Amino acid sequence: MGRRVVITGLGVVSPNGVGVPAFLDAIRSGVSGIRWMPSYQELNFNCQVAGMPHFEWDQLKNYVSEVTFHGLKGTAIGYGIRAGLDAWTDAGNSLGGDQTLWDTGCVFGSSVADVEVVKRVIGRVDAREAKKLGSRVVEQLMNSSITAYISGRLGFGNRIIANSAACATGTQAILMGYEYIQQGLAKQMLVGSSEHVDPYIFGAFDSMRILSRKFNHYPEKASRPMSATAGGFVPGSGAGALILEDLDFALKRNARIYAEILGGANNSGGQRNGGSMTAPGATGVIRCITDAVTNADISPGSIDLISGHLTATAADIMEIQNWGLALGRNGRNFPAINSLKSMIGHCLSAAGSIEAVGVVLQILHHFVHPNVNLEDPNPEILKMIGMDCMPTALVEKEINTVAKANFGFGDVNTCLIFSKYKSNG
Amino acid sequence: MDRAAILDELKKVLDPYTENKDMLKRIDDTTDLVKDLKINSANLVDIIIDAEAKYNVEIDFDLAEKMITVGSCIDVIAEKMK
Repeated sequence: MGRRVVITGLGVVSPNGVGVPAFLDAIRSGVSGIRWMPSYQELNFNCQVAGMPHFEWDQLKNYVSEVTFHGLKGTAIGYGIRAGLDAWTDAGNSLGGDQTLWDTGCVFGSSVADVEVVKRVIGRVDAREAKKLGSRVVEQLMNSSITAYISGRLGFGNRIIANSAACATGTQAILMGYEYIQQGLAKQMLVGSSEHVDPYIFGAFDSMRILSRKFNHYPEKASRPMSATAGGFVPGSGAGALILEDLDFALKRNARIYAEILGGANNSGGQRNGGSMTAPGATGVIRCITDAVTNADISPGSIDLISGHLTATAADIMEIQNWGLALGRNGRNFPAINSLKSMIGHCLSAAGSIEAVGVVLQILHHFVHPNVNLEDPNPEILKMIGMDCMPTALVEKEINTVAKANFGFGDVNTCLIFSKYKSNG
Repeated sequence: MDRAAILDELKKVLDPYTENKDMLKRIDDTTDLVKDLKINSANLVDIIIDAEAKYNVEIDFDLAEKMITVGSCIDVIAEKMK
């Protein structure tokens, strides 16, 4: 047995709420953050809706120095700084002392470097004006940009890692931070992920014909996980962050403990046995879930809630089947399951961290958030699990154990097991 | 533009790159950008790029290396504006 790892801080920039209080209200009430994007019509995209946070860029002046703020251009970087520093102060930590914090590290991921920053560089260089790029571009082109800004602002001295595993990035970052603390390598880890789906990333997904395109005039209806009319996902942007902490360290400083991470697993199906670049293979997914359950040393029957990957594509059916096979639970015996993507869309690398913040809030405030847009559950899914398992309205109930998974391009899978914190373990 | 006018404009160029606003108000020819205004040396290139736009001049690498104090900045800019 390694060290116990608890969650003591949360930060979030979500399409349906910036900051934890707004986000909590939104996910309890089923508020959608999906909006119509007029510019996407101009760009001839099939999908013209997206999950976009109402983010006030100037508020970043309260988070970084004036000098750092001047010249900060990367939207995903701004989201990441905001979520990360909010989580840090939420955990009762102070900002910016003079000492290096050798026991605190950071794993913060993204799926692509900021393409808008890249575009600016391309424009300058092609115009033979590389000289005018200045000193602030490289730091924002780095994949490790967000970790560099956060760790510099807070003085972190433990390992600082920018991870990337497509749509499994956020859950992978959390698992990595968990493992370092569990192994005694760090006392605190700021973990999370950030994504800004700009028109270039969006266009590339649009061309794959995997995005929702039939609800452009009804943006709030466009993201429909598990429904018969699920016709593709809606890209979303944002960031989520958590402070993970060694239990003894948290108790010693009288930190408020939100929840505990009991374990998790991260694997790849190897793009074999039905897995491919773009589709998760059942064998790898099932193995990932069962490994997470074993690692957390829980019984599959104790899981109260599944926070699914569930993007609103044909893969939702496979996902439900895989959960059922992995946990040995079906019909009415299947746990409650929900998809935050029904409200905010699929935030790609940020999905895992924003959804994990949602999981912790559901444990802490005793509720299951609604699946919005599930007026017409997919009949194939109803053959496997009861309708009661997919609540379409807020359910107030005690949540003790939650399984959270995300699956990414490249056939990569991550599953985490969260639980209510109990002092006797 | 005389040296006093260049100095006034230079204060605006330097402003985003220093937290030391009191010192910025009192700068003179002897003020060192890095040592006194605590400007990150990496930002000196940004100051040169901004100054080129502000005074509509081109400052090559060799001249830029001389821009260490407020006085030497004004010398270079005044020379280039002739």
